[in-house]
Amino acid sequence: MKVTDELIDNLAHLSRLHFSESEKTALKGDFERILNFVEQLSEIDTTGVEPLLHMGDAINVLREDEVKGSVTRQEALLNAPLHDDVFFKVPKVIKNPSA
Amino acid sequence: MSYHDKYEAVIGLEVHAQLMTQSKLFSGDSTAFGAEPNTHVSPITLGHPGTLPKTNKEAVELAIRIGLACNCHIERYNYFARKNYFYPDLPKGYQVSQHTTPICKGGHVTIRTASGVRNVQLNRIHMEEDAGKSIHDIDDNNTCVDYNRAGVALVEIVTEPDLSSADEAYHYVTELRKLVRWLGVCDGNMEEGSLRCDANVSVRLKGETKLGTKVEVKNLNSIRNVKKAIEFEIDRMINVIEQGGTITQQTRSFDASNDTTFAIRDKEEANDYRYFPEPDLPPFRLTETFINDIKDAMPALPEELYTLYHQQYGLSEYDAAQLCLEKETTDYFNEVVKFTTNYKAASNWINGPVRQYVNEHKIAMDSFAVKPQQLAEVMQLIDEGKINFSVASSKLLPALLADGSKAPIQLATELNLIQVSDSNEIENWVAEVIAKMPEKVAEYKKGKKGLIGLFVGEVKKASKGKADPKVVTTLLEQKLSG
Repeated sequence: MKVTDELIDNLAHLSRLHFSESEKTALKGDFERILNFVEQLSEIDTTGVEPLLHMGDAINVLREDEVKGSVTRQEALLNAPLHDDVFFKVPKVIKNPSA
Repeated sequence: MSYHDKYEAVIGLEVHAQLMTQSKLFSGDSTAFGAEPNTHVSPITLGHPGTLPKTNKEAVELAIRIGLACNCHIERYNYFARKNYFYPDLPKGYQVSQHTTPICKGGHVTIRTASGVRNVQLNRIHMEEDAGKSIHDIDDNNTCVDYNRAGVALVEIVTEPDLSSADEAYHYVTELRKLVRWLGVCDGNMEEGSLRCDANVSVRLKGETKLGTKVEVKNLNSIRNVKKAIEFEIDRMINVIEQGGTITQQTRSFDASNDTTFAIRDKEEANDYRYFPEPDLPPFRLTETFINDIKDAMPALPEELYTLYHQQYGLSEYDAAQLCLEKETTDYFNEVVKFTTNYKAASNWINGPVRQYVNEHKIAMDSFAVKPQQLAEVMQLIDEGKINFSVASSKLLPALLADGSKAPIQLATELNLIQVSDSNEIENWVAEVIAKMPEKVAEYKKGKKGLIGLFVGEVKKASKGKADPKVVTTLLEQKLSG
């Protein structure tokens, strides 16, 4: 499979990552090698074989509707790069209507 | 004839209903509304590495319940998928949803409009988790995020593009809200966001078979707003086309302050959500027993009761529909008619004074203090002519509400409400009234028969409401024609 610049740009956008031109060239080569490696699987005839969606045989792993397992707010906020005592904080998502 | 008549609208609705579970869809965090921000969160909700979600059985049961009520096909083999996108209110970077195998397929919701009864076709009902809440106006430099709601269990109920007017959409959401509340699936509270509606609206010339370009309207937080937004949108789109413009595919938001919609974004290239089966959640297979147990535990549905009341009990369509507005009302009615076969009277009482009382006191019908059997006894007293409806509803009912320990007959007696049917006593009051109003009597005798009501009223006053109006009227007519 041919990896195009557009594909790299689209994947970078979807992953919210930024790459320099030289990084992109390197990525292109890596991607092609990975895809070619995986493409070897297409040599196998899978006619009539259902796709394997789950790796284990586990089924119907359900829990009862009970409230438990929450952490304190202090703990919840502990690892957030930006927060106050109440909220997680992120860069402005929309323009403040009053600003 | 307006140029609007050349066009028809095609509308599809997506309703998100929050399932009434105690805990979230994949974690044990509480779902209670109104908690302090970020207090109903666990490492699973926050998407920490190494955590393992586990599906809430109750959520599955509730989703099946609404599916059965809507005559959907229940999918036996289910698994969840990840819908990948980045937004701060989505802690994991993906939403877990039943993209590929919705638990309920097809089905319909029956609506009654001025143009008749019809089934609105459903496409699917699937389970998914809710996102958190972004707050934009607390901090000038940042968006604040509260993850209490993240992971709460929802069903998304999607219609086919099967509605053709704002009025139909209004009836559909009304009916659907009634149904989810009826079944205990969702509390239906649109202001708190437990029930949210998005509308896909397009218009086309009548006779055209291709669908027009659609616009998605969001932020419809009341049933009224669903109607207003669709009305506005149909009108706007027709005007654009009539003025030679073209409709662009957009997402719009409803502004309830002036009943208009405004564009929030144009649809760019199709979103690429890269769905794939959620590897952390094993699939689940529903057995016939599991589904049948849910079916057996379901209450009678409003449609069934409506048919029973109208066809078997002989109530009018209006009375039957009024009773079927809420499950609590039908529960009460069903109890009352265990003690009486006077269905019409039971319906009149419940749709009348009882409903008035619960509305005035802002209580639910199941908190109404008069026991169904007592109400049936009151109705019996009326049927026996011991008390009339007006006195029963204005005096006896409040007395029963104040003291439910006594039998209605006992209370009526104590309060001196039992009406007098004994002719001798009534004759005295009749004579008294006739003697008091010679001029009116003369007018009556000259042919002004409408005055009978006045005389009856006077006798009623003289007897302090205790004289049986039927006996009074008969006696008066006898005396006055003599």
